[in-house]
Amino acid sequence: MRYLPLTPADRQDMLKRIGAASIDALFTDVPEAARLDGPVDLPMHQTELQVERALSKLAGENTPASSVPFFVGAGAYKHHVPATVDHLIQRSEFLTAYTPYQPEISQGTLQTLFEFQTQVALMTGMDVANASMYDGSTACGEAVLMAARVTKRKKAVLAGSLHPHYAATTKTLAKYMDIAVASTAPDLDGLTGIAETIDDETACVVIQTPDVFGRLHDLTEISEKAHKHGALVIAVFTEPVSLGLVKSPGEMGADIAVGEGQGIGVGLNFGGPYVGLFACKNDRNFIRNLPGRLAGETVDADGRRGYVLTLSTREQHIRRDKATSNICTNSGLCALAFTIHMTLLGEKGLTTLAQLNHETACDLADRLSAVAGVELLTGTFFNEFALRLTKPAADVVDALVDRGVLGGVPASRLYPGEGLEDVLIVAATETNTPEDLAAFETALREVLA
Amino acid sequence: MSMNTQGRPTRIEHDIDPGGYETLSGSRGLDQAEPLLFERGSLEVTGVDLPTPKGGPNRLGSMKREGVIGLPGLAEPETMRHYVRLSRKNYAIDLGLYPLGSCTMKHNPRLNEKIARLPGFADIHPLQPERTVQGAYKLIEELARWLMVLTNTPAVAMSPKAGAHGELCGMMAIRAALDARGESGRRRVLVPESAHGTNPATAVQCGFFTDEIPADKTGRVDMEAFKAKLGDDVAGIMLTNPNTCGLFERDIKEIADLIHEAGGYFYCDGANFNAIVGRVRPGDLGIDAMHINLHKTFSTPHGGGGPGSGPTVFSEALAPFAPLPFIVKTADGAQLKMAENDGDADGEARPFGRLTAFHGQMGMFTRALTYMMSHGADGLKQASEDAVLNANYILARLKDVMTPAFDGTCMHEALFDDRFLKDTGVTTLDFAKAMIDEGYHPMTMYFPLVVHGAMLIEPTETESKSGLDRFCDVLLGLAAAAAAGDADRFRAAPVHAPMRRLDETRAARQPVLRWTPPVAEAAE
Repeated sequence: MRYLPLTPADRQDMLKRIGAASIDALFTDVPEAARLDGPVDLPMHQTELQVERALSKLAGENTPASSVPFFVGAGAYKHHVPATVDHLIQRSEFLTAYTPYQPEISQGTLQTLFEFQTQVALMTGMDVANASMYDGSTACGEAVLMAARVTKRKKAVLAGSLHPHYAATTKTLAKYMDIAVASTAPDLDGLTGIAETIDDETACVVIQTPDVFGRLHDLTEISEKAHKHGALVIAVFTEPVSLGLVKSPGEMGADIAVGEGQGIGVGLNFGGPYVGLFACKNDRNFIRNLPGRLAGETVDADGRRGYVLTLSTREQHIRRDKATSNICTNSGLCALAFTIHMTLLGEKGLTTLAQLNHETACDLADRLSAVAGVELLTGTFFNEFALRLTKPAADVVDALVDRGVLGGVPASRLYPGEGLEDVLIVAATETNTPEDLAAFETALREVLA
Repeated sequence: MSMNTQGRPTRIEHDIDPGGYETLSGSRGLDQAEPLLFERGSLEVTGVDLPTPKGGPNRLGSMKREGVIGLPGLAEPETMRHYVRLSRKNYAIDLGLYPLGSCTMKHNPRLNEKIARLPGFADIHPLQPERTVQGAYKLIEELARWLMVLTNTPAVAMSPKAGAHGELCGMMAIRAALDARGESGRRRVLVPESAHGTNPATAVQCGFFTDEIPADKTGRVDMEAFKAKLGDDVAGIMLTNPNTCGLFERDIKEIADLIHEAGGYFYCDGANFNAIVGRVRPGDLGIDAMHINLHKTFSTPHGGGGPGSGPTVFSEALAPFAPLPFIVKTADGAQLKMAENDGDADGEARPFGRLTAFHGQMGMFTRALTYMMSHGADGLKQASEDAVLNANYILARLKDVMTPAFDGTCMHEALFDDRFLKDTGVTTLDFAKAMIDEGYHPMTMYFPLVVHGAMLIEPTETESKSGLDRFCDVLLGLAAAAAAGDADRFRAAPVHAPMRRLDETRAARQPVLRWTPPVAEAAE
């Protein structure tokens, strides 16, 4: 087996040194009834070529986003990732390192995490950010738990236009923590009814912008109301590229900003791994209650600047049952990809990229809303919007596949039984060409005819 | 005739003492000083070429950003150098033995990386039409099958994103099962004192509280203490097997039987599954739930701290409570589909909720299945045996000088305490830092908590005998140096790493968690 360096002679020598008659002698603590006689019922080892052939065949049964006009978003976005990013994250020293527990030989990881934290804080308009979470949805759930700890309150309100997977994840995380989490109805028009839910027992309100239908929300007013009642505002985003063009959560008064970082540096990967972004205001109480890892600056014995994991007295390996979260891992390599891509972009590149996304989406919205049977539901948006169709959106998406177009996400897939069967969520990015837009328009015209 | 200076050999000046001096650049030869991105980059620079936007009207309403964000950029060559230079300040499994106990730092095959990057896996969207991702569903189903066969369990939840997330998955299923039985009052979870910190933290997130079971003198669960703690308020036990002392819990079947008799469930922490894959199926031991760290046992790279992946297997008793989403067959049986919402689950299924957006760590699934298929049933068994053999070889070579925490052989990791350093003035930490100077990443230290000054060494199966011999020679040499009274050398260590010891107290007391522009300095 190509990954195992020991030779049969090595094994015999080593057993002798150990004083064991056979390898079985090292497994005698296993209860007899649980000892297997032979190999388990699975195929035997295979060569590289055999494995590659078998799995390439499975890969070939899928339709990659780059191979068709592609407009699927709703929480994950198709963007171009520069070749440099994937090369750098495959450097052995990044790819095959563990968590930076020994800072003297982990400055590469630690300094990039410090850069990541700074970039995330800047983009979200917040003061500090952690070293990443699993993804946007778990970051959202952890933010609600943190708000409950900070405010010592047990009630959270989620906007109905928060990505339903995020809402479900948050409700699961809060389920056994005695935190009551309620969602308002899915709302295509705005934030109806949210402000009214805030009272003196509310720990937080959670609002996504751009929301799952693509609509942008100004959080300024709701932040003022929330703060009056001592509640926190958690701003959520699923498309980090939007922050190149729209107001940041911090600018609008949010206390905690969480989101999905996948759109920068990380590919679609069928849903994971992604990278959760988590940022908040610089408040002692907030920072003490942050979930996840933090890199911080310090000096070494020679007075040279360096970085370490810090404030770990919040974390499970020190605090055990009193930890702020059970999280152990972050999403290190995806955070690195995010940081490298962001470094390549810089503010100039990010702003341009965001502008291109927005313009492509505006062009697409113009084209599609001109099709008979289509109504554009989203007035202000970044690179995603919702359409009302004269036919069920799920059927339309299916018919579009036959015409070689992956044309968005039917809202009913995310909101079954909520009366949104005729709503289609469509995203456009810089990767869509004018030909892609024309192909979508033509196909949709045929399908709705 | 003048000599061609090209290729002239460098003459060595044997009689010059270089002394110690600081370089002008702060670099030390190949160890190059590298400032923060924010000190190198500029708001005007970008390392990407993009088309010029058209400009004109937008649909951002009042939401357009007006101010500057402050994100510097670097040109592509500068970006490359910045991150390559930083990478060289990291230790990595590709550079050498990485003996972190309970972390299973094994070789990461590059075939895994290649397969994960096939466009058919890497460039597909979790919500694109299901008939365009049937191959992806099949891959997930195939990986699930391998995991169920290797554990002899009837169900597996694939969505947990890391080991601790898998623990949460398992414990939430236990909570849901107890609620379904009308026994929500069972809140006490038994956890051995040698457990990973994630165990108690997870239990608390499920509304449980933990009750610690002491270890016996062999490093295993003290059965009398365990029995005494059983009662009708017990929800279950969280037990790592092999445990964090590197030992197989001999009484594990009895533990399973007793916890079941008492009305509780058995959560097994699968962090150390690498010791027994292909030789022992945890389902045969009576477990009800176990997470599997694909990033440990099945070689997906650790990436400097994630992403991980923690699929969680379930017994018949807990299977109905597995979270959304999961793959089912379409009504006609011809295709696979994802049950994503409550209404999609039929029959016995009573999912406790959803743990994350989408379907889990696909990028880790492809890598893990590639690894498993490469090994096959025979190779996986051999890998576990070699992992156990390597750990025992280290134990055998070191046990007369360093002090093993417990008698007898071990599983995949060897645990030592600090008795051999007694009266030397050298601590476990000093010893670990001295290993850095010798070119090794230290072992896990001060964990498990049940052993004084613990040093937990897990070599994994991907180390050669000659590599282990060199490593043992170094540890024996260091132990001799400590015994010889050379404490200063240890306390100063490391001196050959990119950095000396870092002041962690200062980092925690005066937290600096991000770069800020040096405004104050400029004003002075």
